[in-house]
Amino acid sequence: MNLHEYQAKFLLAEYGVPVLPGYLAYTPREAQKAAVNLGGGVCVVKAQVHAGGRGKGGGVKVVKNSAAAFEAAEQILGMKLVTPQTGEEGKLVSKVWVEQGAAIKEEYYVSALVDRESGCVCFVVSREGGMDIEEVADKTPEKILSINVAPESGLQGFHTRKIAQFLGLDKAAARKLEPVVNALYESFVELDCSLLEVNPLVQTDDGEFLCLDAKMAIDDNALYRQRDAFEMMDYDEIDSREITAKEVGISYVALDGNIGCMVNGAGLAMATMDIIKQAGGEPANFLDVGGGATREMVTEAFSLILQDAAVKGVLVNIFGGIMRCDVIAEGIIEAAKTLDIKVPLVVRLRGTNVELGKELLAKSGLEITPADEMDEAAEAIVAAVA
Amino acid sequence: MAILVDKNTKVVTQGMTGKSGWYHTSACREYGTNMVAGVSPGKGGTEVESIPVFDSVETAVAETGANVSVIYVPAPFAADAIIEAADAGVPLVICITEGIPVQDMLSVNAYLRTTETRLIGPNCPGVITPDAAKVGIMPGHIHQAGRVGVVSRSGTLTYEAVGQLTGRDIGQSTCVGIGGDPLNGTSFIDCLELFEADDETDAIVMIGEIGGTAEEEAAAWIKENGSKPVVAFIAGATAPAGRTMGHAGAIISGGKGTAEDKFKALEDAGVHVVRSPAGLGEKMKSVIGK
Repeated sequence: MNLHEYQAKFLLAEYGVPVLPGYLAYTPREAQKAAVNLGGGVCVVKAQVHAGGRGKGGGVKVVKNSAAAFEAAEQILGMKLVTPQTGEEGKLVSKVWVEQGAAIKEEYYVSALVDRESGCVCFVVSREGGMDIEEVADKTPEKILSINVAPESGLQGFHTRKIAQFLGLDKAAARKLEPVVNALYESFVELDCSLLEVNPLVQTDDGEFLCLDAKMAIDDNALYRQRDAFEMMDYDEIDSREITAKEVGISYVALDGNIGCMVNGAGLAMATMDIIKQAGGEPANFLDVGGGATREMVTEAFSLILQDAAVKGVLVNIFGGIMRCDVIAEGIIEAAKTLDIKVPLVVRLRGTNVELGKELLAKSGLEITPADEMDEAAEAIVAAVA
Repeated sequence: MAILVDKNTKVVTQGMTGKSGWYHTSACREYGTNMVAGVSPGKGGTEVESIPVFDSVETAVAETGANVSVIYVPAPFAADAIIEAADAGVPLVICITEGIPVQDMLSVNAYLRTTETRLIGPNCPGVITPDAAKVGIMPGHIHQAGRVGVVSRSGTLTYEAVGQLTGRDIGQSTCVGIGGDPLNGTSFIDCLELFEADDETDAIVMIGEIGGTAEEEAAAWIKENGSKPVVAFIAGATAPAGRTMGHAGAIISGGKGTAEDKFKALEDAGVHVVRSPAGLGEKMKSVIGK
């Protein structure tokens, strides 16, 4: 689950990560008031959407006074912000974060994530703060330091000394950095973060460190114990079908194609998308109906798939293990009747009770193209939507 | 001998009295697996259809000699269950549970490094040596005993591969689901090493997915050490970037993690790569000349 910058900063501040005061604003007038409350001097108006590179698309503006804050908010609010991460259609901005300005001397990059291979929390740091870090990693990997913190040891002084040294900090600055890195590590672990990125972490003219931007993602599996973060979920940022799916225990990701897929198991669901593409088609979604799906969940899955107006056909690919093919067949028949499915339907069933499932489908009187193998099923659905 | 589980396997089920715990314990017993005990704190001293229930793994092991644990307890309590099994000295722990927080798995793996216990999973279908022992949630009837090892990050996609093998009369030595989570106990390389050393395995099917670099590392291992033919598929060539992989994750792996990178690394290591998931069985058939 992704958080907005202002939400991440709110959570980080609780752990002692230094952030600047600011206010959230939904209207230009609120933005102006925020600027006044911040002292009426230089401040920054920042679009709050889940996408990086907001500055490049005009979603971040530095202003000199509160009147300029009003104007900046007027421009940003309601705009379709296009950044390298949003795609061409952009993202609608409905709120801005108005933050006090800072006198920046140096900009650094700091992030933390879980490194799968080593089983450690990994800090990634660079002097190239404020830049596109992937580009830095690609072109000048020597400018990036990755440092693993083993869970057995936790963050120690030598870790932060190594970071400070790599960033070229003098002794005084290194001493100032240490509590910031400690606080970032503590918040990463305690908030069950899967990603925490501060870009840039700045050093001000008077030598203090400040977290000027923050990107935080919380491990979805830990949301049951991260209630504060969970309460912050911004439903406007998530495809409504993905929310519905989550509520009924289905995993769904919307894609750009026209062939809807209903599959059990994440690996098989990805493989089904791959084979549709190989057959010359384009999948409209990733959908894993789960291991213990019921008839109701199958209906729910169909309803999700068909809400996408682009869908011109549906491929069902089920390998029954726990899930019995006859239960799936009943679900398909019920869904076809209650939802009045008009698009072509190709169904491939394998595994537990497969003969029973096939028989139910054949007897249902529904127009369903059965298939035995995955490639055969993919070719059939691609031909049907052509 | 196959690998990991066999006729000598004695299984204790953690979370046996739960709905899915009992369903699968019962299915494994029907398959012929020696299911010797269950653990459900507070229910010790009872039994379910003649399988004794204990309050702790320690007592279950002491009383029954269980040498494998399989875990179905809910995600918030699964890390505790894994560590309890390892602490009781169970040499092989298979965790089926899905949805364990990554921070919990960091602690689990750190603890396991201090023990001799091997963890399979979490978020996996388990391990089966056909006609000898099934420990997990896979449908037993699609398997056939034979000489091809299967290792996979997926559940149903593994069944798909097994179905293709059995459909061509190619039996399996052992099938291992290592799980779909970012942090797991046993890696591709661990399984490849076991299959390499197993004189009842002639060839290996390996099924990977996008994300991380486990497949690339496996490819490097195969290039150096592998003598048995490997047939491989990677799922997720059409998956959108950024949905499954974190932004900073891409930096660590230096642009690795895509299906294409993994396919290339495997091809470069001399692995028989199939680009279509429907081609696994047929490719293995031609590789082993059957």
